Amino acid sequence: MEGVTTTADLVPYDEVLDRYDPVLGLETHVELGTATKLFCGCPTAFGAEPNSQVCPVCLGLPGSLPVTNEKAIEFTVRIGLALNCGIAEWCRFARKNYFYPDMPKNYQVSQYDEPLCVDGYLDVPVPGGETYRVQIERVHLEEDTGKTLHVGGATGRIHGATHSLVDYNRAGIPLVEIVTRPLTGTGKRAAEVARLYVTELRDLLRGLGVSDVRMEQGSLRCDVNVSLMPAGTTELGTRTETKNVNSLRSVERAVRFEVERQGALLDAGQRIVQETRHFHEDSGTTSPGRSKEEAQDYRYFPEPDLVPLAPEPRWVEQIRTTLPEPPSARRARFAEANGFTPLDLEQMANAGVLDLVEQTIAARAAPSKARGWWLSYLVGSANERGVEPADLPITPEQLARISALEDDGTLTNKLARQVVDAVLAGEGDPDTVIEAHGWKVTGEADLVAAVEAAIAAQPDVVDKVRAGNLGALGPLVGAVMKATGGSADATRTRELLQERLVG
Amino acid sequence: MSELVRLSAAETAARIAARDVSAVEVAQAHLDRVDAVDGKVHAFLHLDSAGALAQARRVDAGELTGPLAGVPLALKDVIVTKGLPTTAGSRILEGWVPPYDATIVERMRAAGIVVLGKTNMDEFAMGSSTEHSAFGPSHNPWDLSRTPGGSGGGSSAAVASFQAPLGIGTDTGGSIRQPAAVTGTVGAKPTYGGVSRYGLIAFSSSLDQAGPCARTVLDAALLHAVIAGHDPRDSTSIDAPVPDIVSAARSAEITGMRVGVVAQFKGEGYAPGVLARFDEAVATLEKLGAEIVEVSCPHFDYALPAYYLIAPSEASSNLARYDAMRYGLRVGDDGVAGAEEVMALTREAGFGDEVKRRIILGTYALSAGYYDAYYGQAQKVRTLIARDFSAAFEQVDVLVSPTTPTTAFTLGERVDDPMAMYLADLCTIPSNLYGGPALSVPCGLSPDDGLPVGFQVMAPVQADERMYRLAAAVEVALGTDRLLEQAPEL
Repeated sequence: MEGVTTTADLVPYDEVLDRYDPVLGLETHVELGTATKLFCGCPTAFGAEPNSQVCPVCLGLPGSLPVTNEKAIEFTVRIGLALNCGIAEWCRFARKNYFYPDMPKNYQVSQYDEPLCVDGYLDVPVPGGETYRVQIERVHLEEDTGKTLHVGGATGRIHGATHSLVDYNRAGIPLVEIVTRPLTGTGKRAAEVARLYVTELRDLLRGLGVSDVRMEQGSLRCDVNVSLMPAGTTELGTRTETKNVNSLRSVERAVRFEVERQGALLDAGQRIVQETRHFHEDSGTTSPGRSKEEAQDYRYFPEPDLVPLAPEPRWVEQIRTTLPEPPSARRARFAEANGFTPLDLEQMANAGVLDLVEQTIAARAAPSKARGWWLSYLVGSANERGVEPADLPITPEQLARISALEDDGTLTNKLARQVVDAVLAGEGDPDTVIEAHGWKVTGEADLVAAVEAAIAAQPDVVDKVRAGNLGALGPLVGAVMKATGGSADATRTRELLQERLVG
Repeated sequence: MSELVRLSAAETAARIAARDVSAVEVAQAHLDRVDAVDGKVHAFLHLDSAGALAQARRVDAGELTGPLAGVPLALKDVIVTKGLPTTAGSRILEGWVPPYDATIVERMRAAGIVVLGKTNMDEFAMGSSTEHSAFGPSHNPWDLSRTPGGSGGGSSAAVASFQAPLGIGTDTGGSIRQPAAVTGTVGAKPTYGGVSRYGLIAFSSSLDQAGPCARTVLDAALLHAVIAGHDPRDSTSIDAPVPDIVSAARSAEITGMRVGVVAQFKGEGYAPGVLARFDEAVATLEKLGAEIVEVSCPHFDYALPAYYLIAPSEASSNLARYDAMRYGLRVGDDGVAGAEEVMALTREAGFGDEVKRRIILGTYALSAGYYDAYYGQAQKVRTLIARDFSAAFEQVDVLVSPTTPTTAFTLGERVDDPMAMYLADLCTIPSNLYGGPALSVPCGLSPDDGLPVGFQVMAPVQADERMYRLAAAVEVALGTDRLLEQAPEL
């Protein structure tokens, strides 16, 4: 592919960061979960028939005018307050002018030099019990664009396409942009801090109830700015902006790749080109975007169709009183209630299963079991499939049910894993799966019968055991397993055999 | 000519209400008049005979009532109408049929007003003569070789030539008042935000305002009252009671009213005949008991340059949507050309020279590195002009001036000289920059050329009733509600 750096052009991440200090900047776009769009009454539901959720306003038909959705303002203020920002007493929307077919008006109503929320921070827990404070420069509100689908090309990209289709359902959905100040001093943790920041931000936003923050559906999207400066210096290097980074893992990978690519260029005495780059999920690489973007002049000016926003201080304070506890406090409380150590929490957070464990416990699984299932088993399943644990096709409720069946002896641990695998394979609910496969621990009466039968069938083995050779039990256990189709509880089988043969 | 088309809107509505005449007869009489004279005037771009007669039948059936029920109206083609083509005078929208009605259209339909059709205008309301219409100019009923003004020359020409007693125009820098002045009709620009802009195809969002065209001050006030009032679909719409303009138009009582004559609007560039008629009107007002004061508004001198930065800047953005992707003209789509190429070819073919001139001007004024010097500076001037108005209104109740420096100019005379064309709006632009209401009422015929002269009244924001009161006094004192009887037969 054109413009993609090959691995030969890379210098290993740690090696680069021995000699350079990384500076990151993160711009996160969040689609708000309002019922209707930012400037009209059209619904915002994801996945509807193309162009079925549109009206004269979001199609930008001649004569139509925008009216601001108050809920979107409230949600943006909620986000700003949760990020410790100041809320502007007076601010305006601005038009960002550029031509693109997925923009109905060929300008985007956004905010420019007067954002709604400014100067905040987010504390991000990093491994080792430390906290990294990410400074937030601004939080502003804007309208989303439509989506273009290029048809006829090989990969849905514009290159080679015969024509393009535009879906305006997304046009006008409220979008909040959260921009950090440069993150410095992260050293080799840069890529990890970037991922943990987005993770923490996602958890915060979810807790605020302002967005469903589904990266795979595009309701949380991230642009990653990376630059390098020689270690110990303070003059910022030239940065690149990598767009299309749409999973937590990708945030980390994109930073790592850019560090490795830029490090190689700087080592070779070359200059970094300030440009927009695209991230490729498949290869974990970035490639340059269209170079003309650097010459873009958006001709921002205050949107004359809307009146200025002037959030009442009393209203803002009222919103502040409804903020939920921040994720860090919530985590501390969660750990204490369930007997988890800080290390447990860190492991779960790093593995991206903290919420899942919490939800599984809420569905009445024992805390240690819930943690064990996610951390020791399902994280592995997710890795095999190359997805986030949250995207595995098993719900916390289903897992809690399986865990309960294991606890009451209905399932052995081995069977429970088989049930989990079957649910992941799409075979249905745990009870359906168990029913279909006849996977049930053999009842005590059946087990006793099978044990008696095994003893009767293998007198020579019985003699060895009775002579004190417990190691000879194996063939008897095997016979019981065979007779019960593998559903006997092995421990109980041994107990029953010993009771009868050794007394 | 049927006697029905000579009636004022108020008389027409009264006779329909009294069942002296049916709304269908009235509509048919006007459609016949359009048939007879519009070949010469070219006021209409699209006629909706079937729709007009259907609406008239509803009025006759008693389904729709109100002070203007059954009165025909000529609608400027910049207002969107569901199911009826709307072009804004541009090729780029040729063939587009809007799927929705503008708020003011909804209100007029509910009030029983009969929309005859859509009227000609300068493309996207950019111009002062209708010569920038993609569909050819309209002609002034007083002299067919002259312009009926612009941009809303079609509506004013229709009203002046008795094709309709009422018209709707839009006024960004004078596009209602200047055509009214040069056709001997009444035209009012309401307070910005007083009439909904929802469904008004935007030229310059912070300046555009729809308003009435009529042959009498009372008719203008009656129509103004129908279309005014808060609209939740327009964020800039004023959420407050509409001033009592109809009572003011009926009263004409101006004893003790303080009238400020704008010192800046006279001298070089003003036709002697225009100034003569204006001065006489002022003298008449004084005799009627008004107190006349000369008021200086020094920043009005900068209104024209400020306007020609702000309006094109907003227009360059407002007109970006005409790109062939969703509706309207599409040029160059040969299956190979990319979207950007089709956009460029369509805009090249679909926009006229004046529109392109203003898009280029506005794009430049908003560009990085020039914004502060042009758009930013113009906004400061706008603030200073608003301060001039506020200061003046501490001294006087209304301001007055000639509406235009000259009477109707000849078609072709200024079309290749943008600066000369822009000067036609010299006196009308300040009210748009300020946001206050302003109106043009005829004050007689110029002794120079026998053509109508307009008298402009400007009032404070949300004091629209004042301009109607004073205009009614001018009309009564000078008898200008009958001025059009002196126009030549077509």
